[in-house]
Amino acid sequence: MSDRAPKTTLVVNGRARELSLDPRTTLLDALRDHLDLPGTHKGCDHGQCGACTVLIGGERVLSCLALAVMHDGDEITTVEGLAARAGAGDAPEALGALQAAFVAHDAFQCGFCTSGQLCSATALLAELARGDLSVVTPDDDTVRVTGDEIRERMAGNLCRCGAYPNLVAAIAEVAGQGEEGAS
Amino acid sequence: MRPFGYERAESAVAAARRAADTGATFIGGGTNLVDLMKLGVMTPERLVDVSRLPNRDIADADDGGLAIGAAATNTALANDPRVRERFRVLSLALLSGATPQIRNKATVGGNLLQRTRCPYFYEVGLPCNKRAPGSGCGARFGRSRDAAVLGTSEHCIAAHPSDMAVAMVALDARLGVRGGDGDLRWLDVDALHRLPGDRPDREHDLAPGDLIETVRLPPPPPGRHVYTKVRDRASYAFALVSVAVVLAVEDGVVTSARVALGGVAPKPWRARAVEAALTGARATWRAFCAAAEAELAPARGHGDNDFKIPLARRAIAGTLAEAAGIAPEVPTGGRRATP
Repeated sequence: MSDRAPKTTLVVNGRARELSLDPRTTLLDALRDHLDLPGTHKGCDHGQCGACTVLIGGERVLSCLALAVMHDGDEITTVEGLAARAGAGDAPEALGALQAAFVAHDAFQCGFCTSGQLCSATALLAELARGDLSVVTPDDDTVRVTGDEIRERMAGNLCRCGAYPNLVAAIAEVAGQGEEGAS
Repeated sequence: MRPFGYERAESAVAAARRAADTGATFIGGGTNLVDLMKLGVMTPERLVDVSRLPNRDIADADDGGLAIGAAATNTALANDPRVRERFRVLSLALLSGATPQIRNKATVGGNLLQRTRCPYFYEVGLPCNKRAPGSGCGARFGRSRDAAVLGTSEHCIAAHPSDMAVAMVALDARLGVRGGDGDLRWLDVDALHRLPGDRPDREHDLAPGDLIETVRLPPPPPGRHVYTKVRDRASYAFALVSVAVVLAVEDGVVTSARVALGGVAPKPWRARAVEAALTGARATWRAFCAAAEAELAPARGHGDNDFKIPLARRAIAGTLAEAAGIAPEVPTGGRRATP
């Protein structure tokens, strides 16, 4: 039964954490229940809502569908790591640009989906910057910051309060919205 | 989730041998398998992790085609400039599926082998011949909205959910399969999946230990690439009907047609009747409608999904028209000329 509890090292928000995990443990449960990082939320636990979105090696993934043992040695960023330079209890100006934009645009209501929205949008900015394509990218393959692009790329993050217009506005502001407009 | 053993493979050969010896299940991205394990739909006793194998490169092949490592992510394949330039329908299909979070993790091999999203397959308390042979098909006389209309049997009407595989079928992809004996053999992607017949639990012809290691795309067929996906919401939904088309038209005549369908059959469905009807025919709206009609002639609905038959006809004709650059003819008033 030695393979039931292999040692797994997760580098979470810059800090290496070694764990002995049942292979059944999802990355989401490892973060919340083993590493005391409850900022990553469990919504549906079936890959349908996006609340559990984290970054692995800077790329967004659903932590509820990832087995933690498969990510031995990987660098993981959670919502707790997005404003790592800000101390606990700091005022909003210490937040990252996206976090500040979410506050400024009122891009949430109940806040349950927010940590996933923030992680997802953080990766989205990097994807836009390097020109990654989406299904709504025009035929010339030139990625522009438009409302359509943001909505398509954030489709995996549901918000049951319906804060979508404000989410799009917050992300567009940080992404440097083009003249097409993000409405 | 049922307990399972976990090990990471060091090479494709080692992975195949290990799985052949132990009956283990491969795990790549896990975006479908982990969910099914949580639900108790799949209960592997052992997982062999193939997600870190080196077969994730995408490289030009000597014949002008492309060699794709099966561990490449859906994101990497969709954004590869060669795919975008020469196999565009594949990029379009990939980007039509799932979300960035899932495409970043899902692999090419895993996408091919993903399971149906039929609700009866997903719920262990309900009958499903695919999950529990002999328990019956709940969808046939139940909720069939997502189910297939072509290639079904009385034992199973589940539809194959992939977008990527539809494009690969249209592009005549070949799969390099590493067997438990260490040998690599080649299989047409169209021959990977079986129709359900009386064994819907057997979805493909891979043996235990057979690992899809690489996917070869031959040089692309000539013509314009279009992928249409019709679904219940604008993004992040499985296809009700999807259509992959690569169509070449010269002087008003179709010189080459590759057409495949998703959402309507138990496997990615090569629309050979469409291709046969169109090759050498004039590229007209009427010809596209007739070709679509021929493909769907053997289709059979099951109540909730009857709508898929006219929807598929119209999606085929419309996608062909877009690829040919002609306008669909929709007369005002009277009986519509749509197929």
